[in-house]
Amino acid sequence: MAKIRKGGKKSVPAVSTASLPDIIFMLLFFFMVSTSMKEVTYKVDIHNPEATELQSLEKKSLVRYIYVGVPKREFVKRYGSETRIQIDDAFAEIAEIRPYVEAERSAMKEEEQGLLTISIKADRETQMGIITDIKQELRKAQALKINYAAIQKMK
Amino acid sequence: MGKRSVQEINASSMADIAFLLLIFFLVTTTMSVDKGLSRRLPPPMPEKKEQKDVEINQRNIYVVLINSRNQVLAQGKLVDVAQLREDVKKFIRNEGNDPTLPELLPLSVEIDGRTEQVMATTNHLISLQNDRGTEYQKYIEVQNELVAAYNEVRDDFARQKWGVSYSELSDERQSAIQKIFPQKISEAEPKNYGGKK
Repeated sequence: MAKIRKGGKKSVPAVSTASLPDIIFMLLFFFMVSTSMKEVTYKVDIHNPEATELQSLEKKSLVRYIYVGVPKREFVKRYGSETRIQIDDAFAEIAEIRPYVEAERSAMKEEEQGLLTISIKADRETQMGIITDIKQELRKAQALKINYAAIQKMK
Repeated sequence: MGKRSVQEINASSMADIAFLLLIFFLVTTTMSVDKGLSRRLPPPMPEKKEQKDVEINQRNIYVVLINSRNQVLAQGKLVDVAQLREDVKKFIRNEGNDPTLPELLPLSVEIDGRTEQVMATTNHLISLQNDRGTEYQKYIEVQNELVAAYNEVRDDFARQKWGVSYSELSDERQSAIQKIFPQKISEAEPKNYGGKK
């Protein structure tokens, strides 16, 4: 026999939030796995050039970056609007590349020193002159593995 | 005294903690995967030694020049970047044994345990020169086309021989193909055309 409900207010049960932490944790783990820490804060504006035949850099620990571009707006007053080089978190001169590479290499494990890759992240409107200078410095520093950072071109 | 009932830990703040962590990771990390064109620079020139120009047969060189107005000159002709790929592919392959294209030399390669004789233009060289005023994007585009030409030639070869693309082949087969079509892109020592600005 079915009970006959008496009229009156039906109370809606509260939505259980017990699984909310689990959902958030899942998101958290997803982001932890799929992203990587920012290497530096950019002080120069970089719009990567586009290309199609890209290879991804595999071991992050073997890669060092050189950024090339026009200083961001807040730095224009101090550093001008000429194309500049950024290494780690500071602006650098061409002459500083070689000691930087050598210092970074000697800080690495011995068996990995030959695998050091320099990734050049340059703005697409940079003139090749500065890139050529960087390449010459890298050659002098015996850092011959380089990578021109680029993004996938949409067809 | 009876058993004391253990109080349940209040877990409602767990979500807040997780949110906090989540936001922290969202802010400090980037999604971007590092990709780019990998290249190898030539070792530095010994400074004091006199530079010896290596004799290379004219037909084996493919010269690409980019000027400061981002125009591309390939083998003395003004070309569009889009066309460069086909031209370079023809140059690398030299299917018809054209005397103006690089010479075909016999090459023995070990493929699948057997030694095979292949005719290939192993002596070819692509020389890339750019001006100091060339835009980086253009330079990358040209580099990209050159690499793409090699990749397509290798891919075609793999498809003909094994019916699968180059990237699906085993390492051994890949290195055999790399021997037949070695990637030879040389970047000239920088020259300063037209002096400094």
